[in-house]
Order: sequence, then C-alpha cells, then structure tokens
Amino acid sequence: MRLSPDELVFWQYGFLKLNATIVFTWVLMVVLAVSSKIITRKLSTGLESSRWQNLLEIIVTGILDQIEDVGLSEPRKYIGFLGTLFLFIAMATLFTLVPGYEPPTGSLSTTAALALCVFVAVPIFGIEEQGLRDYLKSYTKPTLIMLPFNIISELSRTLALAIRLFGNMMSGSMILGILLIITPLIFPIIMTALGLLTGMVQAYIFSILATVYIAAATRTHKPGPEPEHKN
Amino acid sequence: MLIDWFTVIAQVLNFLILVWLLKRFLYRPILNAIDAREKRIADELANADAKKAEAQKEQAEFKRKNEEFDRQRSALLSRAREEAKAERQRLMDEARKAAADLSSKLQETLRNDKQNLNQEISRRARQEVFAIARKALEDLAGASLEERMVDVFVRKLHTLKDTEREQLVSEFNSPDSPILIRTTFDLPPEQRALIEGAVQETLGKEAQTRFVLDPDLISGIELTVNGQKVAWSLEAYLESLEKGVDELLKEQSKPENGAEPAPEPDETEPNPGPASEKEIKSESKPQKSQ
Repeated sequence: MRLSPDELVFWQYGFLKLNATIVFTWVLMVVLAVSSKIITRKLSTGLESSRWQNLLEIIVTGILDQIEDVGLSEPRKYIGFLGTLFLFIAMATLFTLVPGYEPPTGSLSTTAALALCVFVAVPIFGIEEQGLRDYLKSYTKPTLIMLPFNIISELSRTLALAIRLFGNMMSGSMILGILLIITPLIFPIIMTALGLLTGMVQAYIFSILATVYIAAATRTHKPGPEPEHKN
Repeated sequence: MLIDWFTVIAQVLNFLILVWLLKRFLYRPILNAIDAREKRIADELANADAKKAEAQKEQAEFKRKNEEFDRQRSALLSRAREEAKAERQRLMDEARKAAADLSSKLQETLRNDKQNLNQEISRRARQEVFAIARKALEDLAGASLEERMVDVFVRKLHTLKDTEREQLVSEFNSPDSPILIRTTFDLPPEQRALIEGAVQETLGKEAQTRFVLDPDLISGIELTVNGQKVAWSLEAYLESLEKGVDELLKEQSKPENGAEPAPEPDETEPNPGPASEKEIKSESKPQKSQ
C-alpha cells in the first residue's frame, strides 16, 4: 500500500523521474487552464452572460471577497497566488471522484512545495509592501526577545501547513482504501463525501492561512494580533 | 522518506506555472469582464441619473411653463371677459341710443308727417273753401256784384276816418300824379264817374284817376296814391281769414301732439266763418233784393 502517489514512478532517469504526483498535477493544470481558456474565450460584458462565466465570476469574486475580508486592501494583487492555491487544492480534492485519480495534495512533496511557496511569498510580499528594513524589524516586535520565537514561528507554521494538508488528504485516501477492504458497499461513498468536505475545508484553510500570513507581513503600521493556527 | 525533493521542486515549478496560467486565462479576463460590466452599469446608471435629472428639470420646466400658461390663460380669459363685457355694454348702449334715436326720429317723422298732413289738409280745405266761396261769389255776384262793390267802396271812402283822410290828402300833394284804381272787372262809365266823384269829394279837389284791370284782386276795388292805399276786395277778407286759420293751426300744433288732425278743418271753418259769412251775406243780400 502506497502512502503517497510519489511512490508510483512511471519513468526515471537518474535524479529525474516522472511519478504519479507530477502527472496528476499536470492533468489538473491542463484541465484548469484549458477550461478557463475555453470559458473566458467568449466573455460577455453585458448584463447577460453564460452560466460557466457566471460560475467563474462567482468563484473569482468570492476569492476576492475572502482576501479582502482578511485584511488585504488590494486583493487583486494577491489573487493570482492565493486564488491558485485554493483552486489547486480544491480541484485536487474534487478530482478524487474520478476513479483511479490520486490527489497530488496527498503527497507530502506537493504540500511541502506549496508550503515552501507560501514561506517564500510571505517575505516577498512583506518586503514589497513595507520595505526590507521594516519587514525585518517586524520580527523583533513586540520586543527583541521575541526574535527567535518569531523565526521559529515562521518555520513551524510553514511545516504545519505542509503536514496539515498532507495529513488530511492522505488520511482521506487511506481511510477510503481501508474501508473499501472492510465494507466495500455504501460506506465508502459516505466516506468519499466526507473526504470531499474535508478536502474543501483544507483548501479553504490552506489558502486563508496563507492570506493571513501575507496580511500580517504586509500590515505596515499597526501589526495586528498573531493569527491563531488551525489544526 | 515521504518527501521527494525532485518532486517538491517540480511541484513548485508546476504551481508557479499554474499561477501564471490561471492569471493569464482565468483571473485577468474574468476581472476585466467584471470591470467592464461594472463600468457599463455605472455608466448606464450615471446616464440614467443624468436623464432622470434632465427629465426632472424638464418636468419642472414644463410644470413652470404650464403654470405660467395657466396664469396667462386665466389672465387673458378674464381680460377677454371684461373686454367682452365692456363691448357688450358699449354695443348695448349704442343699440339703445340707436333705438332711442330711431324712435325719436320716427316720432319726429310721425309728428312731421302728421303736421304736414294737418297743414296739407287744412290748406287743401282752405283752398277748397275759398275756391268754392270764390266760385259761389262769382256765380252769385253776377252783374250786380260790381255795382254793390262800387257802392261799398264809395261808402268806405265817405266813411274814412279823419286821420286816414288827412294822410291820403297829404300824400296826394301833386295833382299831376294820377290816382290808380285797380279793379277785378271792367267798370261801366257811370260807376267810374261815381268813384271819381267820391274820390274828389274825399280829397276835396280835382283829381286825375286811372282805372286798371287786375284779375288778382278777387272781386274787389283798390285805390292807391303814392303807396297810400284804400281798398275793398274779397282778397283782403280771404287773406285775413287765412291768417286767422294759420294762427289757429299754430296755436293748436304747439300744445298738441296727439290731437286728431281731422277736426282741424272743421274748427277752422267757424272762425273765419262769421267774417266771410257776414261779408257774403252783406254782399248777397242786396243781390237778392235786386
């Protein structure tokens, strides 16, 4: 039994390899890009628009609203990063409905990659917004004593992001696999539905935490309270 | 080991590519479409607001114009009504005046007509009366009327008052100037001699007399000396009779407006009646006796 789709390797040449995680990610990317391209090819600016356009508009404006609610005053600047995080994770969960598909987010490599992206993006956005000096200063707040704890917090929360997503997604797949062995009828469907819900919640949590981190890093004058970590 | 570092790097790259792809194909076009729609809606709303404001302005303008129109109309109406009233009053007055004029003119005409008719009737009656009288006198007088007239004239000369006689004498200064005696009819020589004798007796001296025939004198004799006149003729009676009738008519037409025209000729009759009757009687009596 595989814990991660990384273990299913289709092709390998030394360090380079093509495993299921990468392939399913590509599939996901192609589906997302092509469907977006197809739907946005004929966009209506009038009062009437197609249902697919309406769906995409609802998703995009919903993401924008969420980002703004967290406290980022310019959500359009961050939607590329944060929205793609959410969509990627949510679509990976949704594709579990397809038999034989294994979500790339069930691989710790993928979640680590995403957490790394957040880990890098937060200081980039923070420095862009506040400047390098002010951003670095924010680590010494409220006092200099807090500097090591802030740094540890930075690292640990990135780790937490990666592990949380991986754990949830992997566990969902694992439970489903185990249940299929024990009770092959009916019960796996309920668990699949539950897995979908968990996956959506995780997608939301992952992206909203990333948003919160970025918001905390880009808050220029009055740093708010450190957001609570969720498990 | 659960983490495969090559896969991590590949997934980071994949994620970044996906970010770019979605930005390119999803977020940007969708947001642009939303912006365009919002802008369009905002434009339409602004346009609608502008139109609404314009409509309100026009409505206010229209309302104002309407009110002004109403005011002007009512003013015009009231003015027209007053003018019509004044015009009506004027026309009524004019009509009343015209009617009054007409009626007064009519009354005047009626009065004139009546007067003319009265006068005409009286004149005709008079003329008729006189014509009858003349004709009757001429018919009745016959041959003896001239003699009677000469007698009457001679008696009149004899019975002249002293003042009249003196006046006649003083006028008759020069014996050369002839005494003119006009008569309606040709006098026989004895009667002429009678008159000449009476004249000489009256004047107290010799006088040259000339006899002229004058048909205008109706059955009369007239003696004139330098404008001084002694006469007897029916004409004189008729003249005085006519004068009396005229005076009577004038007196009657003054107070009367509704007096009947018919009785006038009757009333005129009795007044001159006695004078002419007396004369006619006095004339006709001797004729009868003859």
